[in-house]
Amino acid sequence: MHALFADSFAALGRLDNITLVMVFHPQYLESFLKTQHYLLQMDGPLPLHYRHYIGIMAAARHQCSYLVNLHVNDFLHVGGDPKWLNGLENAPQKLQNLGELNKVLAHRPWLITKEHIEGLLKAEEHSWSLAELVHAVVLLTHYHSLASFTFGCGISPEIHCDGGHTFRPPSVSNYCICDITNGNHGMDEMQVNSAGNISVSDSFFEVEALMEKMKQLQECRDEEEASQEEMASRFEIEKRESMFVFSSDDEEVTPARDVSRHFEDTSYGYKDFSRHGMHVPTFRVQDYCWEDHGYSLVNRLYPDVGQLIDEKFHIAYNLTYNTMAMHKDVDTSMLRRAIWNYIHCMFGIRYDDYDYGEINQLLDRSFKVYIKTVVCTPEKVTKRMYDSFWRQFKHSEKVHVNLLLIEARMQAELLYALRAITRYMT
Amino acid sequence: MEKMSRVTTALGGSTLMGRTMHCHLDAPANAISVCRDAAQVVVAGRSIFKIYAIEEEQFVEKLNLRVGRKPSLNLSCADVVWHQMDENLLATAATNGVVVTWNLGRPSRNKQDQLFTEHKRTVNKVCFHPTEAHVLLSGSQDGFMKCFDLRRKDSVSTFSGQSESVRDVQFSIRDYFTFASTFENGNVQLWDIRRPDRCERMFTAHNGPVFCCDWHPEDRGWLATGGRDKMVKVWDMTTHRAKEMHCVQTIASVARVKWRPECRHHLATCSMMVDHNIYVWDVRRPFVPAAMFEEHRDVTTGIAWRHPHDPSFLLSGSKDSTLCQHLFRDASQPVERANPEGLCYGLFGDLAFAAKESLVAAESGRKPYAGDRRHPIFFKRKLDPAEPFAGLASSTLSVFETEPGGGSMSWFVDTAEHYALAGRPLAELCDHNARVARELGRNQVAQTWTMLRIIYCSPGLVPSTNLNHSVGKGSSCGLPLMNSFSLKDMAPGLGSETRLDRSKGDTRSDTVLLESSATLVTNEDNEETEGSDVPADYLLGDVEGEEDELYLLDPEHTQSEEPEYVLPQEAFPLRHEIVDTPPGPEHLQDKADSPHVSGSEADVASLAPMDSFSLLSVSHALYDSRLPPDFFSTLVRDMLHFYAEQGDVQMAVSVLIVVGERVRKDIDEQTQEHWYTSYIDLLQRFRLWNVSNEVVKLSTSRAISCLNQASTTLHVNCSHCKRPMSSRGWVCDRCHRCASMCAVCHHVVKGLFVWCQGCSHGGHLQHIMKWLEGSSHCPAGCGHLCEYS
Repeated sequence: MHALFADSFAALGRLDNITLVMVFHPQYLESFLKTQHYLLQMDGPLPLHYRHYIGIMAAARHQCSYLVNLHVNDFLHVGGDPKWLNGLENAPQKLQNLGELNKVLAHRPWLITKEHIEGLLKAEEHSWSLAELVHAVVLLTHYHSLASFTFGCGISPEIHCDGGHTFRPPSVSNYCICDITNGNHGMDEMQVNSAGNISVSDSFFEVEALMEKMKQLQECRDEEEASQEEMASRFEIEKRESMFVFSSDDEEVTPARDVSRHFEDTSYGYKDFSRHGMHVPTFRVQDYCWEDHGYSLVNRLYPDVGQLIDEKFHIAYNLTYNTMAMHKDVDTSMLRRAIWNYIHCMFGIRYDDYDYGEINQLLDRSFKVYIKTVVCTPEKVTKRMYDSFWRQFKHSEKVHVNLLLIEARMQAELLYALRAITRYMT
Repeated sequence: MEKMSRVTTALGGSTLMGRTMHCHLDAPANAISVCRDAAQVVVAGRSIFKIYAIEEEQFVEKLNLRVGRKPSLNLSCADVVWHQMDENLLATAATNGVVVTWNLGRPSRNKQDQLFTEHKRTVNKVCFHPTEAHVLLSGSQDGFMKCFDLRRKDSVSTFSGQSESVRDVQFSIRDYFTFASTFENGNVQLWDIRRPDRCERMFTAHNGPVFCCDWHPEDRGWLATGGRDKMVKVWDMTTHRAKEMHCVQTIASVARVKWRPECRHHLATCSMMVDHNIYVWDVRRPFVPAAMFEEHRDVTTGIAWRHPHDPSFLLSGSKDSTLCQHLFRDASQPVERANPEGLCYGLFGDLAFAAKESLVAAESGRKPYAGDRRHPIFFKRKLDPAEPFAGLASSTLSVFETEPGGGSMSWFVDTAEHYALAGRPLAELCDHNARVARELGRNQVAQTWTMLRIIYCSPGLVPSTNLNHSVGKGSSCGLPLMNSFSLKDMAPGLGSETRLDRSKGDTRSDTVLLESSATLVTNEDNEETEGSDVPADYLLGDVEGEEDELYLLDPEHTQSEEPEYVLPQEAFPLRHEIVDTPPGPEHLQDKADSPHVSGSEADVASLAPMDSFSLLSVSHALYDSRLPPDFFSTLVRDMLHFYAEQGDVQMAVSVLIVVGERVRKDIDEQTQEHWYTSYIDLLQRFRLWNVSNEVVKLSTSRAISCLNQASTTLHVNCSHCKRPMSSRGWVCDRCHRCASMCAVCHHVVKGLFVWCQGCSHGGHLQHIMKWLEGSSHCPAGCGHLCEYS
């Protein structure tokens, strides 16, 4: 763990709170840092200040002032022009062109078409090369999902940073990193903090019930086979339901000033796939998946990154300690798969070989609300949401969930973007 | 494809006919499989499942197996296979994990026979036993392989790969009980169908998923595998350990691989992404495909040879919704487009040349090269392993070596080390460099330096004796063109030429003193032209007859010069326009031009320079009063270009640095930069790091001077475990100790660190400096007498 910290410090010159939270899962953190370091600092088609600026653009889409401030510093440090920070319209035309893709990718990736790609690649002197574009897409998706993580885990600015030592408006989650890092063994404190009406026994049953369901599913899977029509409709149902899953407390977000200037279109936000994407065909993983297609494309245009991201996905997907809350030796693969596929389902990505009925059984409403908010509108995450799902689980497990969320989100966005690039190329 | 040809092959009674053709499908195909009779092909995909009859001119849709109103996921096929024993039996693998068998003999419209729903994830591959009628094998994403007996309702046995998803399963054609399976994690496993408990053998074949494998139809135990790492490997499984026999590097991940029938070393591949072509490789020639089919517009997803004993028909299905029949005869052959010759220079001027054997053989018959006397040729003939390519694959490698010593570059190293480039007045620098050049026997260069001094320095500072001395020495030696960097100098003719030169120099050394002082400029120019005349010298050296004529010209030249400046024009009628020099009203100018002309016509100029030098001492005052240094800049520029052209970029750069501003503006930035980079490159090849750094430092070009700023990192090893310290300079990752402690204050040094090169102790720069002021011993107490400089 210390070696990881040291590596991170050496690479970034700082130890940010994201690292401090992720270190719950050192195996993942290592891969994450390696990828991030490669994306930002090693050889790549884009100049260094572009990379940070793209990071700022992506984080600003979710009004994540924490990441924005972090990268504003880095951007200036590598010699970026401070004028660009006054808004996207001050940046070169080339980056401005990327704004549209950033917007669609962040909120409605299923709408990306090869025309988007063509528009970027064929803009005369402002055009992007394929390699640059892949680099930019990877950066955008990386920072979109990292913004999700920041809000999902309520990461606050470092103490020395702007706003780090003051209270933030509630929109930027107001619980401190210390809560999480110290609170791993302090479950009682959690109980006190969260709404008092939940009794301990209640939440205890929650875990029990979940485990029972998993067991049932495991057993009855072979016996009772749902008909094809039913399987198909279950995906549709889940998709439709995901649309109603929304946080009841819709606090109005007031984006911090310094962030909003990177927006050109604040009105463009997440719209449910099912509601607005009626004519958008379902994305079938069996036809375009990361392992077979996405990897090859990325690795061809931006060598080594495909490998790094692939490792990261693998680690995130397969990460398990075989524990659930206070129980040991539990096979959580079913639960992890349900979470992963639920997120992909929200983006309209379907696995032919998955029974979407499982999701409904395994994920309860408050958990779905949390997932949906973190993935789609991370800026609306509140501490209450974080507290109200899986009350019996440890913080490390909730961070684990967040890792699943961000990696699944990143893969979903990448799949749509890369498929568009592939379509453009053929 | 314009050149479509029809091919008819007779194969044991049945006849295959056809041409290159394609037909449009309604949807993208995922896999294809051929019927045993080679007349039908089945195409399967997410929303297509059809059988086509292959006729002579076209594909004809024969049967649509996708029946029923509501399309079920069971029909969304990832793979399809046709039984090689039973024409009515097919099996498909569905993306939802179902394995379906189809019986074409059923009377009803729905031909679906059996449904196996045992796999939990997508089934990637199904495979029938090659000889057994009822045995079917499947491999799935869930990591299991299942063996079905079609007479029973469920699987006979389940094989667990104990790892991630199975990508391909293939029954061995020769060994009844064996099958191979490939995995997403890069492993290949060999199983015995009777022993489901554990695999017979396992090895890692690829880095990343292995997408496909195929057993060789004839050679027992040959298995070809293709992976995401863009490689096709051929393994020999008969030995104790699987041995990699061949490896073909493709340009994209390999989705399918199929051995070509009747051609022992050929296999066809197609890729999963980016690349749409189908390649046929000769595994012994892994760099260039033997044939290439370019019909598809999107990735090819399925390939199949039409008949197990006919190598000329290949069928393929693609994501672009087409089904194609390719004829080997119509394939494009990348070999024909490849460049069959290669040429490369070695560090010390060696030249390697590889070409087709036939080409070189014809050449070597008639003494190929004028230069081969100095550069012996070595033929290294490779024995050709690829019989079918006998004509193509054999090539010859010739190495032309430079004569030891002949191409020696010691002069370059010496010059580089001894030249002074900055830090002293220009005159001294020039003198110094001239001396260096002369000591190395490079008189022409030496004189150039002297000349530069004269041009750019006020003559008052120059002691004339010194000058005379230098000139005298210069004229007594010949003009060996030692400085030429290329291999072409010292041609046989040069010897005689030098002799000629010298004799003339001698004769003329008397007359020289008679010449009028005004010839200074002429000399200046002569020096210039003489250089550019080198090629002419080569030619003339052989022609002995001309020597006298040339010689005769010269006295004429000197005599005529005596009366007045105007003379040259009369003595040497201008034969062509002079473009080189700027026009000017002065006589001097005309005079300056005339030798130029003569030089380019004949050898006169090359004879002139040495001797007339002695005049310089007399004349410099004159020149000084009349001509601004700028006047010469074009000449100097041409001179620099000349040296650079000759390959002596060292001279060009050195002069550029020494003379600096005075000439820089006349040479465009890019050329300068080019010279600098070439020179620095050379210096670094000779490991003259200091000199190269000095040159970088002194250069005025921005692109060059920033070379110094790049990669300035110094990597250090830990003083305890001797491993490199990767991330930080002061803490070792492995032994977790602070490696760089200050020997004086015993704290970790995080800033400037100074080491003693003798005892490798060190510490804070400040501390060490202070310590060594008081003591000469190492502060660590090791007894070493450290020195700080």
